[in-house]
Amino acid sequence: MNLEVPSKFKGIQNFAIMAAKTIFRPVSRKYDVEEHTYPVELDLFAAGLKGLNEGGDAPVGGANTKKENVVAGEVRNGANMANCVNIQAMCYGDVGLLLSIPGQGLGNAAISAVANTEQLKRFANTWAAMAITEPNCGSDSSAITTTARKEGDYYILNGEKIFVTAGERCDSVVVWATLDKSIGKAAIKSFVVEKGTPGMDLARLEKKLGIRASDTAAITFTDCKVPAENLLGSPDIDTKKGFGGVMETFDNTRPFVASMANGVAEAAIERTKELLDDTITLDYKTPINNVKAVEAELYRMEADYEAARLLTLRAAWMADNRKPNSLEASICKAKAGRVTNQIALKCIELCSSLGYSYQELIEKWARDSKILDIFEGTQQIQQLIIARRLLNKSSAELK
Amino acid sequence: MSKKSKNKDYPLATYFGYYNQFLDTKIGKALNLRKISERFVYEGIKNGVKVASNTTRVFKNLTGGNAERLTPKTATDLFDLNYTDEQQIVQESVQQFAVKMRAAAEKADDTASIPDELWQEFNDLQLAYMQVPENLGGMMTQKSTVTQMIIAETLAHGDFGQALAFYTKHSVLNAIIQWGTASQQAALVPAFLGDNPETATIAINEARPLFSPFELKTKAKKQDKQYCINGRKNMVPLAESAGYILVAADTEQQGIRLFIVDSNAEGVTITADRSMGLNVAALCAIEFDDVMVDESAILGDSDFNYVEFIAYSKLGWCAMAVGCCQAILDYVIPYANDRHAFGEPISHRQAVAFMIADIKIEIDGMRMLTQRATALAEQGVAFEREAYLAHVFCSDKAMQIASNGVQLLGGHGFIRDFPVERWYRDIRAVAIGINGIHL
Repeated sequence: MNLEVPSKFKGIQNFAIMAAKTIFRPVSRKYDVEEHTYPVELDLFAAGLKGLNEGGDAPVGGANTKKENVVAGEVRNGANMANCVNIQAMCYGDVGLLLSIPGQGLGNAAISAVANTEQLKRFANTWAAMAITEPNCGSDSSAITTTARKEGDYYILNGEKIFVTAGERCDSVVVWATLDKSIGKAAIKSFVVEKGTPGMDLARLEKKLGIRASDTAAITFTDCKVPAENLLGSPDIDTKKGFGGVMETFDNTRPFVASMANGVAEAAIERTKELLDDTITLDYKTPINNVKAVEAELYRMEADYEAARLLTLRAAWMADNRKPNSLEASICKAKAGRVTNQIALKCIELCSSLGYSYQELIEKWARDSKILDIFEGTQQIQQLIIARRLLNKSSAELK
Repeated sequence: MSKKSKNKDYPLATYFGYYNQFLDTKIGKALNLRKISERFVYEGIKNGVKVASNTTRVFKNLTGGNAERLTPKTATDLFDLNYTDEQQIVQESVQQFAVKMRAAAEKADDTASIPDELWQEFNDLQLAYMQVPENLGGMMTQKSTVTQMIIAETLAHGDFGQALAFYTKHSVLNAIIQWGTASQQAALVPAFLGDNPETATIAINEARPLFSPFELKTKAKKQDKQYCINGRKNMVPLAESAGYILVAADTEQQGIRLFIVDSNAEGVTITADRSMGLNVAALCAIEFDDVMVDESAILGDSDFNYVEFIAYSKLGWCAMAVGCCQAILDYVIPYANDRHAFGEPISHRQAVAFMIADIKIEIDGMRMLTQRATALAEQGVAFEREAYLAHVFCSDKAMQIASNGVQLLGGHGFIRDFPVERWYRDIRAVAIGINGIHL
């Protein structure tokens, strides 16, 4: 048994930490203030990443998932864990900027999870955003109303999508739409719609609480003609399989979002300790009730952060070793999302009006952190998933 | 339990009998044990007999050899949560026993005692062989801290109080193997390997608010080649039946050290100390009034590390907290599904279901932190920070879980026919207890 990050990932971890400190942090406040301004510094960075990824087997950058070949009886630390380590380190720099790295959209994760070989090849170099949420459907993604109607070699898309991360800057959007609303979940398919396709229009960019460096778009589809071969996976409606195929993406990406949270928590705790350096002594020895209140807070935050981090690594480790991990993926997302939010908010409080001020980034991290407990499944959705699994309840029984 | 072992003779034949018995246990068989050297067993027994005849223990170095230490386990450079085959076998064996602990738990709590048959069955598991180095008669060459964690956790899944009682002597044994001098090992270790293993306990806690194990009022004053111990301990498991006690006391010259003190030594007064929970572990208060011990009764030499000793204790309490919290989760799931209110199972309500989801989330966090700290300890690298954080986390979350365990059962949770109130009482000890457990 060993719960340490293997040394083979130290290289990408160190690279990411260096990027976080020298590329992300210096412009972190700038793009927080100048919302919707394109962070040009990332172009150069993305080009560098591309070179790195072509050179080695461990991916550097955002949320690429890769199915691992597992040899029976052999333990593997692979792409899922490498990604978690890497994403945490980058988000220790800035989570909004990580979400804006060209070529690293959530849609890319969906493509690598459900696309066929031909599609994987065709979409290898696209920067894909993900469009699921609609004005009247958030967590309940089975209720989407965007339609896809087959017409010859095309599907015609109609509907409105909101909360599309990188929706303006991306090359393409992975859109969830239903082939037949009356059939339910099984009829929901995802389509890659390339930028410039007539009928796909950017309605607006949202102004947000946090992650302002990342653009969040509302996109409309009006008789938007998409080539049939852009439907990801099988076009058949398999009512037995239901939603499973599409939801698989989340088992892979939830640990990545948890890693984003872990990076923010790590940054907030570290900076708070630096600012409090003169007044605290952490010996990891004195009983917690015999230390200063601020020291006790820091110990508790650090323990929560470490728990979230290890739960995330567990989910990634299971994915790397082809163990089913939907329960563990939800657990790490729930834990990391909520503790990071609590930690960042507490760090502001501990640093008083300095923490609240733009002089420090802590208040920004507290704003950024809130989304991490919301997107890719809110805290409450994770709890539902976990509870249904533990109690063996259907979504009709435990609503 | 009675005092059996102190002046006991250890005929060689009997001794090998025990070892052969162990080979016949499920664990022994499954592990395909290596035969141990007769010579080393003999040395151990010989020394044990000599020392046992002294009234005040003097640990003379009869062999002139070095203390036996288990070597750290080299970690593969991979994140890996799998148990080894051996660890799985140990877990399964202890699990089967833990089921019987659970069945006996309610009555054992009421009577504050463990049935003799259960003690016998626990001793028959012969778990000491999984701790003791080959050269001292056991089967180990490397540290097995993770295995010890699994044992403590699994026992506590059966019953927290009994787990504390059962594991206490194994904790003493772990400490002797980790820190003891050659003569202490030779004198004390063989008594753990047998049909009626040694009984011993650990006393650190002192009864006062904001107690810290690093600020003790129990003092050991040097007088020539002896130490004079004065002070009071409490919350000590099984002290009334223990042959000897590892007592933490502040010495002026060497800081805090552990002293091996016979429980019937002059000046030692042991009284029952009934507490909120852990009844079955028969917690005691101990008064030390000018208790004289030989200087050779200080556990270990200059390599003794009290901070690390305390960290090993934290690992043990964390492991037991994980086991007991898992018992709570396993109990409330069927309860919430079977219990109906307003025309449907209460588990159909988010207010109930989310509490259960949170129990799972936090138990898994407790388990990860405990496993990480334990794995580091087993690898022989610094683990004090990780053990401290695990303990902070387990203390908070276990209590929250135990409290919610009662809450989920409503009024039934408050009634002693249901186990959740016992777990609530037992788990309050996690943040406090240091005594008794040392992985």
